[in-house]
Amino acid sequence: MADLSRTEVEQIALLARLHLEPAEIEAMGAELGAILAHFATLAAVDTTDVPAMTHATETQTLRADVVEPSLPVEDALSGLPAKARSGDLIVVPSIIPGHES
Amino acid sequence: MSVADPKGLAYWTVADTARRVAAGEVTAEDVVEQTLARITEHDATLGAFLEVDASGARAAARLVDQKRAAGAPIGPLGGVPIALKDNLVTKGLVTTAGSKILAGWVPPYDGAAAERLRAAGAILVGKTNLDEFGMGSSTERSAYKPAKNPWDTSRVPGGSSGGSAAAVAAGLCAASLGTDTGGSIRQPAALCGVVGLKPTYGRVSRWGVIAFASSLDQVGPLARTVADAAALLQVLAGHDPRDATSLTAPVPDYGAALAGGVAGVKVGVPKEYFGPGIDADVRAAIDQVIHQLRDAGAAISEVSLPHTGLALPAYYLVAPAEASSNLARYDGLRYGARADAPDLLQTYMRSRGAGFGPEVKRRIMLGTYALRSGYYDAYYRKAQQVRTLIKRDFDAAFREVDVLLTPTTPAPAFPLGSVSSPLDMYLADVFTLACNLAGLPGLSVPAGFTPAGLPIGAQLLGKPLDEAMLLRVGSAIEGAVGLADRHPEAFA
Amino acid sequence: MSAEQKLSERSVAEMLLDWEPVIGLEVHVQLATSSKAFSPSGTAFGEPPNSLTDPTVLGLPGALPAFNRHALELALRLGVATSSQIRAKSRFARKHYFYPDLPKGYQISQYDEPLCEHGHLDLIVGAELKRVRLQRIHLEEDAGKNLHAGTVSHVDLNRAGVPLVEVVSEPELTSAEEAAEFMRALHRLVRWLDISEADMEKGQLRCDANVSIRMRGEDRLGTRTELKNINSFRFVQHAVEHEIARQLRIIDAGGRIERETRLWDETLGQSAPLRSKEEANDYRYFPDPDLPPVMVDGGMMGGILKTLPELPAVRFARYQKELGLSPDDARLLVSERGLADYFDACVAAHPSQRGARNLANWMLTELLGALNAEGKSITESPMPAPTLSALVVLVENGTISGKIGKEIFEESFRTGEPPLAIVERRGVQQISDEAVLAPVVDKVIAANAKQAKDYQSGKDGLFGFFVGQVMKETQGRANPVVANDLLRKKLGR
Repeated sequence: MADLSRTEVEQIALLARLHLEPAEIEAMGAELGAILAHFATLAAVDTTDVPAMTHATETQTLRADVVEPSLPVEDALSGLPAKARSGDLIVVPSIIPGHES
Repeated sequence: MSVADPKGLAYWTVADTARRVAAGEVTAEDVVEQTLARITEHDATLGAFLEVDASGARAAARLVDQKRAAGAPIGPLGGVPIALKDNLVTKGLVTTAGSKILAGWVPPYDGAAAERLRAAGAILVGKTNLDEFGMGSSTERSAYKPAKNPWDTSRVPGGSSGGSAAAVAAGLCAASLGTDTGGSIRQPAALCGVVGLKPTYGRVSRWGVIAFASSLDQVGPLARTVADAAALLQVLAGHDPRDATSLTAPVPDYGAALAGGVAGVKVGVPKEYFGPGIDADVRAAIDQVIHQLRDAGAAISEVSLPHTGLALPAYYLVAPAEASSNLARYDGLRYGARADAPDLLQTYMRSRGAGFGPEVKRRIMLGTYALRSGYYDAYYRKAQQVRTLIKRDFDAAFREVDVLLTPTTPAPAFPLGSVSSPLDMYLADVFTLACNLAGLPGLSVPAGFTPAGLPIGAQLLGKPLDEAMLLRVGSAIEGAVGLADRHPEAFA
Repeated sequence: MSAEQKLSERSVAEMLLDWEPVIGLEVHVQLATSSKAFSPSGTAFGEPPNSLTDPTVLGLPGALPAFNRHALELALRLGVATSSQIRAKSRFARKHYFYPDLPKGYQISQYDEPLCEHGHLDLIVGAELKRVRLQRIHLEEDAGKNLHAGTVSHVDLNRAGVPLVEVVSEPELTSAEEAAEFMRALHRLVRWLDISEADMEKGQLRCDANVSIRMRGEDRLGTRTELKNINSFRFVQHAVEHEIARQLRIIDAGGRIERETRLWDETLGQSAPLRSKEEANDYRYFPDPDLPPVMVDGGMMGGILKTLPELPAVRFARYQKELGLSPDDARLLVSERGLADYFDACVAAHPSQRGARNLANWMLTELLGALNAEGKSITESPMPAPTLSALVVLVENGTISGKIGKEIFEESFRTGEPPLAIVERRGVQQISDEAVLAPVVDKVIAANAKQAKDYQSGKDGLFGFFVGQVMKETQGRANPVVANDLLRKKLGR
């Protein structure tokens, strides 16, 4: 498989919300192309009627509907710096484009 | 044995340490102090640890000693110093998975592995180095520092549990835990000359395992002896309702299996694992093991796993696809590093762009590529179908034999910085991946050394939930090889 | 209403002769579990922000989902009640998008192997039931809440991980009224089965609508728009009505409908295009490797079938067909399970099925009136169903008049004393015995000789006066039918 185009790399990076520097985009196109080429061997395998193995185990285990104490809010928000908190709410950039500071 | 003799203590087995602490021959505090001293002395060279929890270890040791003094049970691992790979969540102790994106993150909860070890009296001495999020085979992809191989510090310890393997090999802890997604316990165990066990998928809880590829990840021990690995598995194994993929099957007595011997055991040697790519020293060592097993009464036969060659491409679709999903939570909004950016989209892009290293980015990109609508069937689904074929190969083989024997890696440890292309690095796991895809247990046990003094590992693969068979055969190999007392000179 | 609006409405009505609206609904229903779908923190409403979390809800590294059995049971109950095909093995899938209220960067949902498919929901339209087919009912987890706060947003994750079912109708609703009826029917059903409290104020029932129009007779669907945020019956009707008109006007002006998502603003009475969340999204669904397939076995289905009550649509039909109730009464009675159950208990306590209409009248006017006045629900009624039934029997068999019956009802409702006991204590039994009433009638006629003469000479209106006098003499206890007969006989007309 040929290198991935710059546009395709950028599209995937946007989907993955991954900022890439120009040099990274360049390298990524070539590396992904090489790795994908390696996958060609899979395409040649006849998998007609072969089920997909999504799980190594398919035994169902269900949880009883029992409430356990919540994480204390200070623990729940312990990963946040003070400026990313407003009381016990998490502060994030505005979800409405154009409303950001 | 005097505690003033750090050399002796450093290489005590898990069972030795536990017995001596329980008998009062040594205090847990002494064990911990000696261990911490060794870490201080050697880890600057090795880079095996990302975080050493001296105060937590001392407090835990005091507790063990107090319990013993009070006549209370101290647990099967009472006073045994153990290190955890840093992708295992530990309450109150920084856990980064080797990534900048989790720099300084202090978990508010304990994972199942930490819980069970603590409950068994083990002393958690620190968190070991790894390739970022477990993605790598050399521990060079750690965002913090590379780890080194104790047998030759110019070489890699393998990965991604390289820190855990190096720490055990160099006597910086009695045993350690790693995680294995495509060989990340067995490959570094082989390269560092220790025992590494990847249990059956679902045998050990994944609660608190920072996910790389959820359908493949499994926690397991790295230890200096097969018996030690068994002792740790005994503590780790068992159902956990918080992990929906955790198995409910009862846990056997693994220690009891060790002395079973191999007389009459049917050992299959899959011919696909002995192709031209394999290093001559590795080949010779495994051949030697085969002879030894035959001499001990095992029935050796050649078997075929025809889809072996497809494991690598299947793995490198399944694992990155799941990883791209598992790593979506690292967005800097609730924990971890948040980039200063003008808007929400850029906050996501910049936090993730700055927080993840190159290999992680590559796999996120690969996984995102493969899961896109219109590509899913051709890539992810196809890989999962091939997974079924690989599983069927094993099912067929295990109708004929009890256990499979292969080299753990095609070659011994390679020099730091010598493998630059991602694809070449992926080849380091070529013999270990299929086991994860099929959800089987796998054990790497030392099989000898190259003339240059680099360890070689033999891999045993077993039927689902038949860890006991692996430990039994592994123990026989360990006895036959007779090198369990050999330790790297620089860390004597 | 302004002149232009009238004009445009007329043109909409005219256009609807040629154009047919096609509406499909996607309704999210919160399942009434105590703990979250995949982890053990609580689901209470109105708790302080971020106080109902756990590692799984927060999407902390290393946290895993484990599915709540009760959520599965509730979803199955809905599947069975809608005659859906239930998959013995369904799967959870991850739906990926980045948003601050979605801690893991994906929502656990179901994709190509949902729990339920091809069911139907029966709507009550007038006296009839209208059957609307359902595409699917699938399980998923709710997201947290984003709150706008000027230049930033605030996130509360209490709601994150709450179990939901998404009920997706086929696109076969044809008016805004029907769309609202669909919501009502689903609301009624999930409350009926204790699947959900479906409190719309609390966001426990939320609706998105896909609306398109096509030329009548055309098979293909037109381009649809998706309306979001229509979370009450009224909003659904308004929003869909508005959207149909909007699309018709665009077509009328020679324009084309754009496929887009629009947000309904009830205060403004209009919708606005929602800026696409980001660029074209690709959710990258794949089976969640953390969650084994959801298996439903015979035992589980048996338990659900055994405990499934008679459904509201079935009762609505039965009340009309077997009990002769009016469609209005039947609809009102099935609007809540408690009402219908109370009514059924009344009917059961009544000696004759023919009493059903009277029972419905008494229950819907007297009992509900009294309960409303005290702010009580039917399940909190101080008067048990057999008591109301006994009272109605007293009226029906003539022991007391309807008027006295209302007084007895009030007292019994207030004090809990049985109606018959009150009647006997107060001595208010109706007098139906002609032998007792005849002397009273004679006395009244004698005392009002002039009026009697006037009546006999044609002043018909005076008849009521005599009835009133008889009632007065008997403190209202005279059976009006008997009294009327006697008066007619004795007055000679």
